[in-house]
Amino acid sequence: MSIVFKDVSYVYMPGTPFKQTALKKINFEIKKGEFVGIIGHTGSGKSTLVQHMNGLLKPSLGVVSVEDIDINGKGDAARVAKRKVGMVFQYPEHQLFEETVYDDIAFGPRNIGLDAEEIERRVRKALDFVGLDFNMFSGRSPFQLSGGQMRRIAIAGVVALEPEYLILDEPSAGLDPRGRETILDEIFKLHNSTGVTVILVSHNMEEVARFVDRLIVMHSGEISLDGEPRDIFRHSRDKLVQAGVDVPSVCTLLAELRGRGLPVEDIALTPEEATATIMAAMRRRDRC
Amino acid sequence: MLTDITLGQYFPGDSLLHRLDPRTKILVTMLFFGSIFLADSYTSYCVLLGFTAVIIGVAAVPLRLVAKSVRPLWFLIILTAGIHIFSTPGTVVYSVGPLVVTLEGGKQAFFMAARLILLIIMASLLTLTTSPIMLTDGIEHLLGPFRRIGVPAHELAMMMTIALRFIPTLLEETDRIMKAQTARGADFASGGILKRVKNMVPLLVPLFISAFRRADELAVAMEARCYRGGENRTRMKELRLSWRDLGAFIAIFALVALMGGLRWSVS
Repeated sequence: MSIVFKDVSYVYMPGTPFKQTALKKINFEIKKGEFVGIIGHTGSGKSTLVQHMNGLLKPSLGVVSVEDIDINGKGDAARVAKRKVGMVFQYPEHQLFEETVYDDIAFGPRNIGLDAEEIERRVRKALDFVGLDFNMFSGRSPFQLSGGQMRRIAIAGVVALEPEYLILDEPSAGLDPRGRETILDEIFKLHNSTGVTVILVSHNMEEVARFVDRLIVMHSGEISLDGEPRDIFRHSRDKLVQAGVDVPSVCTLLAELRGRGLPVEDIALTPEEATATIMAAMRRRDRC
Repeated sequence: MLTDITLGQYFPGDSLLHRLDPRTKILVTMLFFGSIFLADSYTSYCVLLGFTAVIIGVAAVPLRLVAKSVRPLWFLIILTAGIHIFSTPGTVVYSVGPLVVTLEGGKQAFFMAARLILLIIMASLLTLTTSPIMLTDGIEHLLGPFRRIGVPAHELAMMMTIALRFIPTLLEETDRIMKAQTARGADFASGGILKRVKNMVPLLVPLFISAFRRADELAVAMEARCYRGGENRTRMKELRLSWRDLGAFIAIFALVALMGGLRWSVS
């Protein structure tokens, strides 16, 4: 029960002077129920990587399989497998097109051929998940809404497909800090309540680190780190710097404090945790 | 994939042809077109073919790309050749029912096909070796003298530059929206023509919205930088003629003279 990449390579525009290798022999597995963050600098191949997960891009070499089925194979099995993976693109609000919010969210479910009743159930549920009121929003035009609301409608449109794996490519890009927080919190809630596997792509370590239980760091088409966020921050700082991603500023702060002689444990990922560890360390120091 | 289309098929390089001034290249291409229409004998076509072969060699562009540019027009070439084969009066070589093939027809068909192929090859060599921006720069300069009779040279060039600039952006956008809608189960590839048109709605609506949004943003950005049209604007890369351009002009005038000579001395 997982998404498996086996020796996957991808080359953009092969055979032209614009040729570019985006992925180099990638091997990894994402297990069901995980909350995975994929992080990397611009051009590191992270978006290319996730677009392989539901067959939007076909690997130049290698195999991508979802629950043991090669999704680029022929036949219904591959189609069904692909459908288990939902994908929210960068700036998903740019894909809205219907006259009403209801119709736009229902677009996906209608394409699968569900009946009206089931569609309505899913639209209600999806709107509920992104924290928008069904009665207030379902009849409105998506183009009258604010940027953050449009983004949530677009995410709802993918959630309504009820995928078992949900990929989000930079879901918070271009939103104000409050909008970022809300969207990420909603995704986290969705993960906790339904157990959906979430794959969060971002270049912002700060916001990814606190939610995920596994972090994959991409660097020029390769996976440079893969593991638990705290482990990565503690042991592989130099590799992170090499990949061009920032260590969360709280981690940097704690490391700095330790360097100056305050015995803090550097395991915090959020400001709240950091405060707690610093307080503890201070208390310990005062006692001596 | 959509984004694999290279715009205006520009093939980056550093050959003599790449470094020619775009104005020279445009004028030379036009003169070459003129000389094609002067050709009316096998000798003159041989000269033209030789000239084109040399240019292809100098351009250092893969032959495959040159051949690719002719491919979409095969149908037109064959159709034209076919019409000429059957419709030219003269010595009958072969006939099936009402269709009569004449010796002159065959010759005419060969000439027409060669003409079209040469036209296409030269036009595509121009776009293969000149970046779209250089091309519009060249066009703006060449249209400059016509400003006096009301040709908005700068505005035309600006419009072309903007259009060219946004083709890759819009292609990328199309690609992205297509993928996003495909991920939601949209199907752009199957069904009858009516169904396919209907299936395009989820692609076209977002695409139009984003095109308008971009146009708006661009207009604001230009206003903010006090864009006031072409009056007194200087440019970062000035076009300058060099000895290369002189050489190109000498070569093309020699060709035109030769073609003229062949036409009027032989007949």
